[in-house]
Amino acid sequence: MRAVAGRFVAVMLALGLIASTVTGARADPYADALAAFTADSFDQTIEGINGVAASGNPLAATVIAALQDGRLLFSAQSRRVFIRDRLDQLLDAATGQAAAGPLPDDLAPVRLNNRLRRIVEAALGSLTLMAPDPGKRLEAAQAVFKSKDANALPALDQAIAGETDPRVKQALVEARAAVVLYLDNASDAEKIAAIGVIRERADQDALALLGGLPITAAPAVAKAAADAIASIQSNLAVWDALQNAWYGLSLGSVLLLAAIGLAITFGVMGVINMAHGEMVMLGAYTTFVVQEVIRARNPSWFDYSLAIAIPLAFAVSGFIGILIERGIIRFLYGRPLETLLATWGLSLILQQAVRTAFGPTNKDVGTPSWMSGSFDLGQMTITYNRLWIIVFTLLIFLGLLAILRFTRFGLEMRAVTQNRAMAASMGIKTSRIDALTFGLGSGIAGLAGVALSQIDNVSPNLGQGYIIDSFMVVVFGGVGNLWGTLVGAFTLGIANKFLEPYAGAVLGKIAILVLIILFIQKRPRGLFALRGRAVEA
Amino acid sequence: MSGNVPRPLAQTISALSTAALASAVGQAVARALDRGALAFLAMVAALAVLVVVLSLAVPADSQFYLSSYFVSLWGKYLCFALLALSIDLIWGFCGILSLGHGAFFALGGYAMGMYLMRQIGTRGVYAHPILPDFMVFLNWPELPVYWYGFADFRYAAFMVLFVPGLLAFVFGWFAFRSRVTGVYLSIITQALTFALMLGFFRNNFGFGGNNGLTDFKDILGFNVQAPGTRAALFAASAVALMIGFIICRVVVSSKFGKVLVAIRDAEARTRFLGYRVEAYKTLVFTLSACMAGVAGALYVPQVGIINPSEFSPANSIEAVIWVAVGGRGTLTGAVIGAVLVNYAKTQFTSGILAPYWLFVLGGLFVAVTLLLPRGIVGTLQHWSQEWRQRGRNTPESERVREAAVRAAE
Repeated sequence: MRAVAGRFVAVMLALGLIASTVTGARADPYADALAAFTADSFDQTIEGINGVAASGNPLAATVIAALQDGRLLFSAQSRRVFIRDRLDQLLDAATGQAAAGPLPDDLAPVRLNNRLRRIVEAALGSLTLMAPDPGKRLEAAQAVFKSKDANALPALDQAIAGETDPRVKQALVEARAAVVLYLDNASDAEKIAAIGVIRERADQDALALLGGLPITAAPAVAKAAADAIASIQSNLAVWDALQNAWYGLSLGSVLLLAAIGLAITFGVMGVINMAHGEMVMLGAYTTFVVQEVIRARNPSWFDYSLAIAIPLAFAVSGFIGILIERGIIRFLYGRPLETLLATWGLSLILQQAVRTAFGPTNKDVGTPSWMSGSFDLGQMTITYNRLWIIVFTLLIFLGLLAILRFTRFGLEMRAVTQNRAMAASMGIKTSRIDALTFGLGSGIAGLAGVALSQIDNVSPNLGQGYIIDSFMVVVFGGVGNLWGTLVGAFTLGIANKFLEPYAGAVLGKIAILVLIILFIQKRPRGLFALRGRAVEA
Repeated sequence: MSGNVPRPLAQTISALSTAALASAVGQAVARALDRGALAFLAMVAALAVLVVVLSLAVPADSQFYLSSYFVSLWGKYLCFALLALSIDLIWGFCGILSLGHGAFFALGGYAMGMYLMRQIGTRGVYAHPILPDFMVFLNWPELPVYWYGFADFRYAAFMVLFVPGLLAFVFGWFAFRSRVTGVYLSIITQALTFALMLGFFRNNFGFGGNNGLTDFKDILGFNVQAPGTRAALFAASAVALMIGFIICRVVVSSKFGKVLVAIRDAEARTRFLGYRVEAYKTLVFTLSACMAGVAGALYVPQVGIINPSEFSPANSIEAVIWVAVGGRGTLTGAVIGAVLVNYAKTQFTSGILAPYWLFVLGGLFVAVTLLLPRGIVGTLQHWSQEWRQRGRNTPESERVREAAVRAAE
């Protein structure tokens, strides 16, 4: 291994020597290249770019970057080139020092067109391959991988030899393979080896690279490329499925959040709360208000805004829920259809009230730093906010299970769900349980609002978008059992995301609705139905 | 056997059976139309005649003149009244709370809209002889198969009844057979109309996407904008409402209607008595959907547009509140409720009070369910009954009746 590396270094040195002798033969390639910029012709500018990039001058990267930003100025009369730096100071491009003496008065930026911009990017890519910052080097390697610029090959070889960071090295090797693959004078064996490297990369870019191979390629190369494409595609299909499953889990967690409160009120009281979506909306607006207060008073607390909003949203939505139960719903027991209408009316009132108070436009709810950004897992991209929402949902779910299982309130709630009359006979105050259940369900809706404020538009219509979906979850999962809601939500979420690529978002949704309608033919009371005589009453 | 019957005899039999059928229908109608119903029909007829006369025969500068805006506005109310009637038939008498009746209304409307689109012909923006404008715009090569035949009014009129009826039949057959009842059914009907809305919003469904169908020119050769056509459409709406009302009265006063009420009040008991509950429900649901389709078909030429927002679940629920305001299970109440609420809506949303309309509507939902569960007409009927019976009342009968009322709710 060491011997190979040693030989490699030797070759590189030899190459470097040749290069330096070649450059030495001419007066000053850097100055010549710079002069090309003063011609104000696109072709000359290309020569200038390539010349500067190949010169090895330490100023090369600065010059090309300035050119890219339109900060490279030239004077046609004096045939001099200047860089305007970020402090608006003029530097002489030849020396890198502040421009001395009187400035020519015909300064104009060197012009670029789209063709040139690509060349600039490629040149910059190969120039930054040896930048001290590994992030920059990685970026440069990716740029070369995309540009397949043959001029970058010597720089690549040099960079690969000197690279210590394994990730960057990998990227460099892949970039080199991409260049070799598109090199006219590379041998078939080299190209096939390059295909092998690219095949290992196995992502969408690799696929594009192999797919773009000219048809004039030798049969052996073409075959290797076709094999690699097939292998990458099957690999990508797996990752695609995983990514879809992840999106599905994410959607499912959102559905679960929105539906879980609905499920307990429906399970315990047999009441459909059409204003449930508005409880979600109130939770989101609570988050908005908390953030506004923090922004105005103490911006350094912004990262804790959600932590502050969570109990507040629970309290606001829960309190309003209890008010609704005490003020309206308790007069309508035994008349579920009327309850449905009354709560629909309430939802209209709440929506309009929020619209009057906050205006009809979307409100900007910020994302704390620990929830923004994303990371890659293989070929999947996972955003932190989605990840946190799944965690949050599962925590709420487990918390609710614990309340139902281990507290006196939970015990009484389960008793009322199973047989209201019997529970009342045993001394449980069913009306108190009803009010508390409704409060709990609404409070959880408020929590859902905090989470949804991170991924959806906070507007008065926020809740409406979720209400039908969460009903579907409840109908599908069955009432009286939280596990039903969990399974229902994740099934619908994942099914939705897997149907989407085939049927499109809207048709996928329609298909889900039709499937649910067919499903309740088989199981009218959902997946996890309560059994027993009491349920039929 | 029947081939051996001499021809004159066969004719006599058929004439007799026609006469028998006619007299049976006559009897049913006569039984159905009590004094209140006749008074209601007379009022609708009088309104229709009055509006037509005042809009056509009175000079425009007279203070009695009705503008064609007013005529189509009230025509719209009558269509809503017919929709409310169809909801009252199933909700008031069979306990089926459909939150998706707007879907049938809109389907009827789309069938009529398709006829009206085909009538535009070369007068569209793109002047294509066959394709409607939006299809030219979206580069459709030819008319989709399901648009065939809509140039013919009779076919379109048939589809106005058939499409909502078929959907209601299939949906009802699935839903009622598996005994989906109560709030479950309400939610599923809501999902149905929601799914249809999503579908019709799509351009590739071939119904004009979110712009829907509009820019109508002619109906049966008459300009839809002309005052005469508007008055005729108003009269047609009034006639449709009267016919719908008579059908509903006949249904609810027949034995079939009694079974419906039995299903509403005690579904399991009715089933155990040997009635095919799902068959009754499917039939009345389909009938109701056809009525809603007719209402939609009359609505479209009067407002001049049909678009997917007619499918929105909110519209269907709003229609339910019309029935609740007027009085569930009273038929006349549904009509009165629809006109009242929509009149209020027009008044509110056209003035400075527009932002408060949703408060009023929402408050109406809450107030009616809490304070006026019988609705306006139901409450009036209840009072008059109480007042009439006060003299010969015994505590016993009072209690029985109260129990019956409670069961009905």
